[in-house]
Amino acid sequence: MAISLSVGSVALPLSEVMSGLLDPTSSSALLIHELRLPRTLAAFACGGLLALAGALMQVLLRNPLADPYILGISGGAGVGALVAIFFGLGVAALNGFAFAGALIAILIVFGLAHGDGSWTQTRLILTGVMVAAGCGALITMILSIAPEERLRGMLFWLMGDFSQGVSPTFAIIGLVLLGILAAPLARDLNVLIRGADTAKSLGVSVGFVRLSVYLLASLATAISVTTAGSVGFVGLVIPHLTRMLVGNDQRVLLPTAMLAGGIFLVLADTLARMLIAPQQLPVGVVTALIGVPVFLYLLNRTRYQ
Amino acid sequence: MSMSHANPVDALKAIFNVSGVNLRVGATQVCHQLNLEIYPGETLAVLGKNGVGKSTLLSCLAGLPRGEMSGEVLLGGKTYGAWGAKAAACWRGWLPQKQQDQFSATVLETVISGRHPHLNRWAWESADDHALALTAIDAVGMTDFVGRDVLTLSGGERQRVAVATILTQQPTLYFMDEPLAHLDLNHQIEILDLVCQKAKRERVSAVMVLHEPGLAYRYCDSALLLFGEGEWLYGSASSVLTADNLSRLYGYPLVQIERPGANGGTQRWFVPA
Repeated sequence: MAISLSVGSVALPLSEVMSGLLDPTSSSALLIHELRLPRTLAAFACGGLLALAGALMQVLLRNPLADPYILGISGGAGVGALVAIFFGLGVAALNGFAFAGALIAILIVFGLAHGDGSWTQTRLILTGVMVAAGCGALITMILSIAPEERLRGMLFWLMGDFSQGVSPTFAIIGLVLLGILAAPLARDLNVLIRGADTAKSLGVSVGFVRLSVYLLASLATAISVTTAGSVGFVGLVIPHLTRMLVGNDQRVLLPTAMLAGGIFLVLADTLARMLIAPQQLPVGVVTALIGVPVFLYLLNRTRYQ
Repeated sequence: MSMSHANPVDALKAIFNVSGVNLRVGATQVCHQLNLEIYPGETLAVLGKNGVGKSTLLSCLAGLPRGEMSGEVLLGGKTYGAWGAKAAACWRGWLPQKQQDQFSATVLETVISGRHPHLNRWAWESADDHALALTAIDAVGMTDFVGRDVLTLSGGERQRVAVATILTQQPTLYFMDEPLAHLDLNHQIEILDLVCQKAKRERVSAVMVLHEPGLAYRYCDSALLLFGEGEWLYGSASSVLTADNLSRLYGYPLVQIERPGANGGTQRWFVPA
């Protein structure tokens, strides 16, 4: 955290970071309070939210390779955000549009997958993947008709980016609230990953728990995407790595993954600011550059087990 | 280890009543107007050809709905709906035909999930819960595998872990869908001995889908035969498990061989003619 505050296009020594944090009149106070602290907090909260969403999706779909975006939530948010950028709306409207887009995608997927009362993983995945594909097409369409000067903002948003003066409040509240709401379900989830019928025979109200998990994971994703765009790979890789370290007891896994996701994204964002300073990379590029090789390594490892 | 049971039962009253149950799945009529009762300590075998709907019926009786069902199923005098998922899970256990593990977990973690319905929302498994799980793991001869990942177990080993899980759940009524699947002969006998001795000793009851009528005769008090087209036959094992009935059930002539068993009883084996 402190490193993330100290590193940037204007490097501050750690001692100055401390004095800047504590003393609002010092020279670096403005830089830290207005720019770096919100950004670091936002990165931490989004990383935690994405890791939580990923871990929950993996339980819901009973698939260790599920990620928070698999059900089209980021696609919906992307369409909303790009529409806002297309019309040159401000940051507040952009966030509003992105969140609304995510909520619409959540409702569409839920409505269609739940249509006849059955609620199988396959049906949910297929519906989600189709909605994501539809959103992908819309995004490409908007990108291709967008005016040149807006294109860069759109691409940065799609890659996930903390450089646009983000406000961490929404994401932090979301992280705390969703974390608290997920906690009482954790042991139910331990049973749910053994299959719906087994879970039911062990006393889990499967319908209620699945719906809760779907909503929690979707909201976590929507909040994160609204704050920082579609930062990839955190939600896939962090729950995976955490599971290898602490096992698959959700009561331990969920909080650990949230913490690890937050730290990972703060580090990734710090790198994004450092690598080609004074220019900045979208943080999604960094998480992908780390996430892809790690994930491929894990995939190969499991194959030979 | 305490032998006392979560749900003390009245030995003279049936703990499970099925009346007028019709069950249909797609084009298959599994049973028509099925009636049966299960008393404390009783074991019931369900037999029938492949695809006749044994597993479907067992799931429905265990409160996991499949297909179109009508009629009444009462567990301890109440419907599953009236019990609610958690309370029902303290009464009855269900052993699925297939174990579908997607994630790594140790044998102990898997077995101790049987304690789930007995714990309140915020509780962690206590030392007693661990002791129960370890006792069950020992009972199925898997003590050396406590820390092993269930994804690395053989079919038979995984099946014994599943049996240990349902033992740890400590239900009053066991629904077991092919508890002998993947097991070699010695383990088949071991598991049946375990379940049936437990039934007699602790007055718990079991409904088991079995494929070997000789073992059903040897271990079960009663038997339910599903002939297909909704036709069924239910009664004491000695009256229902005969060469005539079973030849008709499997559509192949069987010969009955009797030989003396333990405790002055008789064993009855059926071999293809």
